[in-house]
Amino acid sequence: MSEQPFEPRIVAFFCNWCTYTAADLAGISRMQYAPNVRAIRLMCSGRVDPQFVLAAFRDGADGVLIGGCHPGDCHYQEGNYNALRRFELLKLLLHDMGIEEERLRLEWISAAEGDKVQRVCNEMTEQVRALGPLRLTTPPRVRPAAPPPERAELVGQVTS
Amino acid sequence: MSKPKVAFYWCASCGGCEEAVVDLNEVVLDVVDAVDIVFWPVAMDFKVSDVEALADGELAAAFINGAIRNSEQQEVVELLRRKAGAVVAFGACAWLGGIPGLANLSSRESILEFVYQGSPSTPDGDGTRPQEETDVREGRLRLPHFDETVRTLDQVLDVDYYLPGCPPPVNLIAQAVMALVEGKLPEKGSVLAPDVALCAECPRAETKPQDLKVERFFRPYEIVAEPDTCLLAQGLVCLGPATRSGCNAVCIAANMPCTGCMGPTSRVIDHGAKALSAISSLMQTEEKDEIAALAEQIVDPVGTFYRYSLPASLLHRRAQEEPVGAATSGGDGS
Repeated sequence: MSEQPFEPRIVAFFCNWCTYTAADLAGISRMQYAPNVRAIRLMCSGRVDPQFVLAAFRDGADGVLIGGCHPGDCHYQEGNYNALRRFELLKLLLHDMGIEEERLRLEWISAAEGDKVQRVCNEMTEQVRALGPLRLTTPPRVRPAAPPPERAELVGQVTS
Repeated sequence: MSKPKVAFYWCASCGGCEEAVVDLNEVVLDVVDAVDIVFWPVAMDFKVSDVEALADGELAAAFINGAIRNSEQQEVVELLRRKAGAVVAFGACAWLGGIPGLANLSSRESILEFVYQGSPSTPDGDGTRPQEETDVREGRLRLPHFDETVRTLDQVLDVDYYLPGCPPPVNLIAQAVMALVEGKLPEKGSVLAPDVALCAECPRAETKPQDLKVERFFRPYEIVAEPDTCLLAQGLVCLGPATRSGCNAVCIAANMPCTGCMGPTSRVIDHGAKALSAISSLMQTEEKDEIAALAEQIVDPVGTFYRYSLPASLLHRRAQEEPVGAATSGGDGS
């Protein structure tokens, strides 16, 4: 069988008030962009727990995109600043874990910027495509450690 | 009726967990009254064959400390699993990988290369490395296989209970042993410690500001911390908000910030990620450049946030050019 060309898988966490609305706008406006981005809607970019980002990488994402409101525009006043704080430190941590900087991106995209969604998704897809697939070692888990139900929902089962 | 039999074993660990058992002091007498220790290589003269001679399930419990890094450790813990009714992951290394787990930042090959060739104190030689099998006149000698990656105990076998800490606090050990003897153990998979963050029992909790913001992060050697004030409020990276309590805040009492040895609470999957989240949200500034500069003040984020939990983390180990597959042991090695 011939080898399939590498298609990056990008998980995008978009905030409900700005970036997800912008992605809607891009859709309504029939702007085309790379289908490699899987958008997940959260209420706020400040809700992006670093665990979500790591779980995405672990479960097969080649890149993670976080989209939030512009500084000063957060629906919850300062959630996007917390996203920025976590992002800057997480970036350093990922570097030390051998994950390239371009695989994690944070962008401020307002509800009016459908074209920016298009541009950012296309750019990131090409950047990650150039990097190639993210290869991680997945440890076998004999038994997921006594998960409370919400924990199992969050990470899902590990496949090796 | 004969006393319940227990075993202790160590894997990739420093021996501190064994010290903690000895630190039970006079309580150890109650423990010895209540149980028969039938295997404890660090302290008593028993052989693996003594364990092999036991019936399956004959041990009431096996307390295993240390992470799993080689085939010998895996072999013995699998034996203990067969013989024991309950396996207790004893201490941070067995539960989460611990300090030895930080070796997951390096590849197996780079570790062997440094230890046997590259290290400045290694004499120049012909680059000989230990072989797993060597034929001598008396027969064939075998050494354990050094695995590709450090694993937690529950990545190797089924674990019944976890005792956190580096080492586990003496009162938690005593409680666990007594609960075992009295058959009053909680649900399987439980961590035998309180399930709230350290801040909840910190003696300095009252001085933690309602809206805590940090203008600069310090490493412990850079300042002399005020003895009665919240360490986070002084800019020290204290993992108290993200770490399980149960240690009586002994590090805080010594004016040192929490480094996270008690692991996460049950609501957290990845201790380091949660600790990173807690610490980064304290940054005072909202300016991107200033935030980046503050983040840079946390030297070695992996070693800071995953000091005891890298193998148990979502990423498990540093990404490598050639991933090591399903992290199994075995293979022919070098």
